[in-house]
Amino acid sequence: MRSRLKSRPLSKPPLRARLVPYLLSLPALLVCIGILVPFATAVYYSTQRYIITLPFTRGFIGFGQYADLFTDRAFWHTVQISLLYTALTVGLELVLGLAIALLLRRSTLINNIISVALMLPLMVAPVIATLMWKLMTDPSYGILSYLISLAGIDGFRWAAAPSTALFTVVLVDIWVYTPFMIILLLAGLRSLPTQPFEAAQLDGVPKTFVFFRITLPMLTPYIITACLFRMLDSIQQFDIIYGMTKGGPGDTLKVFQVQAYVEFYIANNVGRSAAVLMVLWVITFIISNYFIKYWLKLRRRTHGISAE
Amino acid sequence: MNSPAIMQTVFDKTRIADLLTTAGYALALTAVVLFFLFPIFWVLLMSFQTNADILRTPPSLFFSPTLSNYAAIFAGKMETSTGTQDITFLRNLGNSALLSSLSVLLALALGVPAAYAFARYQFRLGEDIAFTLLSFRFAPPLLVLLPMALYFGQLGLNDSYWSLVWVYQLIVLPLVLWIIRGYFEDINPDIEHAYRLDGNGWGATFLKIAIPLARPGIAAAALLAFIFAWNNFIFALVLASAAKQPVTVGALLFVTGSGIQYGYIAAATVLSVAPILALALFLQRHLVEGLSLGAVKG
Repeated sequence: MRSRLKSRPLSKPPLRARLVPYLLSLPALLVCIGILVPFATAVYYSTQRYIITLPFTRGFIGFGQYADLFTDRAFWHTVQISLLYTALTVGLELVLGLAIALLLRRSTLINNIISVALMLPLMVAPVIATLMWKLMTDPSYGILSYLISLAGIDGFRWAAAPSTALFTVVLVDIWVYTPFMIILLLAGLRSLPTQPFEAAQLDGVPKTFVFFRITLPMLTPYIITACLFRMLDSIQQFDIIYGMTKGGPGDTLKVFQVQAYVEFYIANNVGRSAAVLMVLWVITFIISNYFIKYWLKLRRRTHGISAE
Repeated sequence: MNSPAIMQTVFDKTRIADLLTTAGYALALTAVVLFFLFPIFWVLLMSFQTNADILRTPPSLFFSPTLSNYAAIFAGKMETSTGTQDITFLRNLGNSALLSSLSVLLALALGVPAAYAFARYQFRLGEDIAFTLLSFRFAPPLLVLLPMALYFGQLGLNDSYWSLVWVYQLIVLPLVLWIIRGYFEDINPDIEHAYRLDGNGWGATFLKIAIPLARPGIAAAALLAFIFAWNNFIFALVLASAAKQPVTVGALLFVTGSGIQYGYIAAATVLSVAPILALALFLQRHLVEGLSLGAVKG
C-alpha cells in the first residue's frame, strides 16, 4: 500500500502545516506568473492592428486580424505545410524508430553499444545539426551532392529548390529525432513481459502475427506517448527550417513559427504575428491537453499496479 | 520416419535461412549506424581539413590533417580573402556554458521544493499549478518570446545574463519539476514519517531524507535540463544581444559572416556539440531515464 502524508492526518492540521506546500511551490509559481504576462500581451496584440513602423495606424480591431488570416491563401499555405511537415516527420520517425528498436531489441553488448551511439544525433542542437547537413548538401563540395551525382542524379539542389526543400528539412528532422523514438520504443519493448512471446514461439505462431497481435498492442502506450511528444515539437518546428532556408525558397517552408517570426521581424506586423501564433497555440493546446490527460491516466494505472 | 539424408538437407536449409537472417540483420544495423553517425564523422573530418581539401572533387578520406581551423577560432582571428576578421565564437561558447549552468542551478533551486510539494501534499491549486507549468513546456515559444522581446527592448534587459536565465526557466523548470516529482512519488513516505516521529520538522526531513533519496532523479533532471538549455536556439535568437549569444545563435551567424570558409564552420560546429556529446556519453544511463520524462517508468 502506498500511504502518503496527504492521506494521513485525520484532524485538520494547523495552519502553518497547511501553508508548507504553498511555500515550497511559491518561487516556481512566481516565475510562471512572470511568463503569463507576455502571454497575455500576445493575446491582446492579436486583437490589434499593430505594425511597428506605422504606429499611427495602431488600434483595436477585435477579431479582424483573424478574419484577415482565414481569408488569406498564404496563411492556409502555412497551415498546410505545417501539418504536412508534422505528418511526414512523425510518421516516418515512428516507422523507422519502431523498426530500429525491433532490431536492437535483444540486450546484447553490440546492440547496447549501438543504441548509445544512436543517441548522439538527439544530443546535437537541431540548429547545429542543420548546419552539419548544410555542409554535406552544399551543391559545390557537399559529400551528399557528390554521392547523389554518382548515382546519376544531376542538379539535385536539396534545400535550394522548392521541389526538394521539404524533403531536405524532413531528412534533417528524421536524423535528429528518430533516436528519440528509438529510445522510448526500445525502453518499451524491453519492459514488456516475456511470457506471451515465449508461448507464441512454443506454439509456432508466425512472426507477423506475433508482431501485429502481441507486440504492437502491448507497445501502444509507448507509441502514443512518443508520437504525441513528437507531434507537439514538430508542429512548432523552427530551428531546422529557419537554419536551413529561413522559410524559403519563397514561401515554400513557412511553417507557423517561421511565418510568425518573419511577420514580426521583416514585416514588423506584431498583430498579425500574434494571431498566427494564437492559432498555433490552440492546436498545441488541444494536443497537449489530450497528451497530459493520457499520460496522467497511464501513470495512475502503472502506479496502481505497482502498489498492489 | 526421416531418413538421415533428408535430415541433412533440412538441417542445411535452416542453417542457410539462419545465415541469411543474420546477414540481413547485420546489413540493416550497419545502414542504421551509417546514417546516424556519418554526418558527425564527416563534419569532424572536415574540421581538420583546409578549404582546398574540402573543395576537392572527388571528396577523399585521405588528406593531411591540420589544426588551423581550431587555431583560428581559439586565436579569434580568421583569414579571409578580404583580410583578417574577428571571430567571437569563443565568447559564444562561454555564454552557452554560463547560461546553461545558471539556468539549471536556478531551476533546481525553484523546482526541487515545488516538486516535493506536488508529490507529497494534496493542496488546492497544486494540480493546477503543476498542470500550467507542464503546459508551458508545450506552448509555442515565440508566443511568449516576441512580446517579451518588445518588453526587453523597452526595459533594456537584452544585455543581461539574468534576464535570459529567467526566460530559460520556461524550458528547464517544467523538465526539472516533472522528472523530480516522479522520483519523490516513488520514495516510500514511511521513511519520512519515521524521521518526523523522531521529532524532526518537515524542513529537516526534506533536506536530510527526501533530497538524498531523490538524488538520481535530480541528477537526471539536471543533466537533461543542461542539454536542453545548451541546445536551445530560438530563445537566444529573439532575446539575446550580440554579446550574450550562445553557440547555437553564434554558429548560424558565423556561417553568414565567414562566407565560404567551410573549415572554420565545421570546426565551430564540432566545438558546439563536443561538450554535450561528451556529457551525454559519460552520463548516458541518466539520460534515457530523463528523456522518457517519467512516462515510461512503471
